Amino acid sequence: MAMPTPQAPSLLLRGLHKTFAEVVAVNGLDLEVTPGECFGLLGPNGAGKTTTIEICEGLTTPDSGDVELLGLNWRTNAEELRQRIGLQLQETQLSEKLTVEETLRLFRSFFRRGITVEDSIKTAQLEEKRSARVGTLSGGQKQRLAMACALVGDPELLFLDEPTTGLDPQARRNLWDLLDRLKQEGRTIILTTHYMDEAERLCDRVAIMDHGRIIALDTPPRLIASVGGEHIVEFAATSHNKGANGAAAVDPALLTAIEGVESHRLTAGTHQLSVRELHTAVPKIFSVLASQGLHLDEFRTHSATLEDVFVALTGRNLRDE
Amino acid sequence: MNKLELNSLYQLTMMRFLLFLREPEAIFWIFIFPILLAAGLGIAFRNRPPEVLQVGATTLQLTQALNADKGLTSTTIDEATGTQALATGRILLLAVQRPDTTVYQYDSTNPDARTAKLLADRAIQTAAGRHDTLPTKEELVHETGSRYIDFVVPGLLGMNLMGSAMWGMGFAIVDARQKKLLKRLVASPMPRWQYLASFLLSRLVMLVIEVAAFLGFARLVFGVPFRGSIAQLALLCILTSLAFSALGLLTASRAKTIEAVSGLMNFVMFPMWIFSGVFFSSTRFPAVVQPLIRALPLTAAIDAMRGNMLQGMTLQQLLAPVAILLAWLVIPFAISLRIFRWR
Ligand SMILES: Nc1ncnc2c1ncn2[C@@H]1O[C@H](COP(=O)(O)OP(=O)(O)OP(=O)(O)O)[C@@H](O)[C@H]1O
Ligand SMILES: [Mg+2]
Repeated sequence: MAMPTPQAPSLLLRGLHKTFAEVVAVNGLDLEVTPGECFGLLGPNGAGKTTTIEICEGLTTPDSGDVELLGLNWRTNAEELRQRIGLQLQETQLSEKLTVEETLRLFRSFFRRGITVEDSIKTAQLEEKRSARVGTLSGGQKQRLAMACALVGDPELLFLDEPTTGLDPQARRNLWDLLDRLKQEGRTIILTTHYMDEAERLCDRVAIMDHGRIIALDTPPRLIASVGGEHIVEFAATSHNKGANGAAAVDPALLTAIEGVESHRLTAGTHQLSVRELHTAVPKIFSVLASQGLHLDEFRTHSATLEDVFVALTGRNLRDE
Repeated sequence: MNKLELNSLYQLTMMRFLLFLREPEAIFWIFIFPILLAAGLGIAFRNRPPEVLQVGATTLQLTQALNADKGLTSTTIDEATGTQALATGRILLLAVQRPDTTVYQYDSTNPDARTAKLLADRAIQTAAGRHDTLPTKEELVHETGSRYIDFVVPGLLGMNLMGSAMWGMGFAIVDARQKKLLKRLVASPMPRWQYLASFLLSRLVMLVIEVAAFLGFARLVFGVPFRGSIAQLALLCILTSLAFSALGLLTASRAKTIEAVSGLMNFVMFPMWIFSGVFFSSTRFPAVVQPLIRALPLTAAIDAMRGNMLQGMTLQQLLAPVAILLAWLVIPFAISLRIFRWR
């Protein structure tokens, strides 16, 4: 695989804007992805991830802004870029009546150089399904086939739009393993996802997008550290003398006053606290609740994730919409 | 992997073939249906031996006179029964003997009844002693090329070429667009012209099978004549198919859903089914609309094929329809290349 020149970033976006009718899909986006990096675009529905990635893929022209891939741009080097990138779209239904092998042979024929159809079948672990019609494949197998189509040209730069959406946990992990291998081979990967755990597991750096902008960009551990507390405490409480709806009112000020509690949020009757040290904070939380005559229905803690980062940044849950 | 396998135009064309062959309904409509239709029409409009016409008469004498004619067979019945038989179509004509004259009761709007009247009158007059004043002689001909089946076969061929080219183009393209397959393909390094060219190439190969099967059937079963050059007929078929492919491409160039393109296709093809003279001559329509009808691609195609097959005309003699077809090939193709929606 030909390596891009070390200085040139694999992807460079400057001041990207794209508006559809009245919807501002991408609103001033700058981004730089270095060669060999696995970069994640994260965000809720409608954040502008697909629009951004399709601008990178040369499928959508931005209203303004610059796009540079592998030191080339779409206006003058489209043909070469198409040969050197691989991609998977958010929604593509390949011809149902072709077999896996026929589909890959077709896609392979578009590339001047690349891996053999045989190897792409192996990479995607579709050996048993090689002569099966695409229409008979399961969702996960279809996704793997789409991945194989992205790989037949042996791309240096790979764009994957929600590669694991709709897969069962096992199939997701298989795909993660495949992506690990692709990373080890030195390819640059740019992917979008709704899953924070996926981004944490796969990506060297993550950009969190909302309303067409990048609202945070860093490595997953540093993003998580930026929330303040490393732990999240979630609980639901009811009063012994219940109110009309059963849920008890807790004065947030009392909670945030506890030493080590960084922030408080209430969503759908569940309180969320971000906490620095669990072992000191939790007993104090219990005593505050007891003093208020409250009864705990649920109590959970987990290590802070990118999800909590998103909540902290936007005040919304990632999958609220 | 060999060279051919790595050739994208070859792969795209092969894909079109495989997709077609795996669509049993399409095979029926394109290969089987036209043959069935030709068979049905051929049987319905076959040239029957001249029929013996059923007539009735009120007297034995009249019946004998009528039966003397080979084309008539008469029964003797009373007038009331005869009128009823006439009304129900069991007889075409009733000859009633009145004191001073012979009366023919028949429906003058029915061609068979009119024939029966002429024959009956001749038979009765002859029996009464009339002589032909001029000697005449009959020479019977059943010429191929003047039968309905000969007329309708080129019409069906043109209609079939139109249908297969338009649907073949329209459905496949819009289906790929709707499923975002088109977008996925243009995101790959596939040359776009090859995608469109693969349709035309696969069409040409399919055309050979389609036309050969249909015309072979028409020739073997009905003895439909081929008076013109077969090579020129093949050229006409190719030109027709390409022109309709271009029209199909244009129809499918923007539509986003199968429903939309189906509606458009029918809208485009409907006037041609009616006006282009598939089943009867398009010259029956009023003279004012004739220029419009002539300009339709199906009219041009059918006129050219009838000219070739039935009249043995050469391409030089068929310049007008050929030019019309060429225009229908070039103009829609050029427009669709400009407005084609690739995603
Ligand atoms: N072709 C289009 N026409 C009109 N609006 C569009 C179009 N494509 C995207 N949009 C709008 O732009 C915004 C961003 O859409 P985009 O598909 O980029 O979001 P996304 O982050 O990929 O969301 P998801 O997670 O649901 O895939 C949305 O509000 C969407 O409705
Ligand atoms: Mg998306």
